[in-house]
Amino acid sequence: MIRVQKEDFDIGGEVDALRKGRTDIGAIVSFTGTVRDGGADNPLSSMTLEHYAGMTEQELERIEKEARRRWPLAETLIIHRYGTLRPGDNIVLVITASAHRQAAFEAASFLMDYLKTNAPFWKKETGADGESWVEAKDGDDAALSRWEAED
Amino acid sequence: MTVKFLYFAWVREQTGISEEEIALPPEVKDVAGLIAWQRERGPEFAAVFGRDEIIRVAVDRKHALRDTTLDGAREIAFFPPVTGG
Repeated sequence: MIRVQKEDFDIGGEVDALRKGRTDIGAIVSFTGTVRDGGADNPLSSMTLEHYAGMTEQELERIEKEARRRWPLAETLIIHRYGTLRPGDNIVLVITASAHRQAAFEAASFLMDYLKTNAPFWKKETGADGESWVEAKDGDDAALSRWEAED
Repeated sequence: MTVKFLYFAWVREQTGISEEEIALPPEVKDVAGLIAWQRERGPEFAAVFGRDEIIRVAVDRKHALRDTTLDGAREIAFFPPVTGG
């Protein structure tokens, strides 16, 4: 399941909802991405996430489907927020549930790597020096390439 | 037949446009041709689309490559590399 929303999410509540009534799940992995302050040298007052409504949902569904093709997953959930967030706020939640831990760990990592390089979101930071768009990292492409070798 | 163009992040800010309807000239056949065509639309467009290596394009809400055809396209989006997650 995927959700794109302005509202915050409750990690424990989402895990509970996902496993409710299920006895075939032996492993649940959750990843939460949060807004990080740049520290004393680069204080951040807020971060605004813009996205391409319509394409975002389509990309997240495609990524989720690909994860479920590669690993035996009982359940998956991706929630990504947009709008203006503050340091410490939640940005993204990925939950994977499987019979065994390896599939759940690997699929969660795969989903995040694919999401970071494919889902059409853009971050703009507002700090002491004004506003600036966050630049994409080469490391994100490198993280993605380890999964492509398995295609 | 017009195509809807969408612009995101600094591509939107620097062109000053978030959305527009464009009648595509028939000689523009693929993404590479479209970027070249955008560069001719004025100084703001020349500056943004001159950064060819960093501009990403989606055709009908799917990531496109430079040789992706525009045949039958309804919606084309222009944006920098994504930074979600």
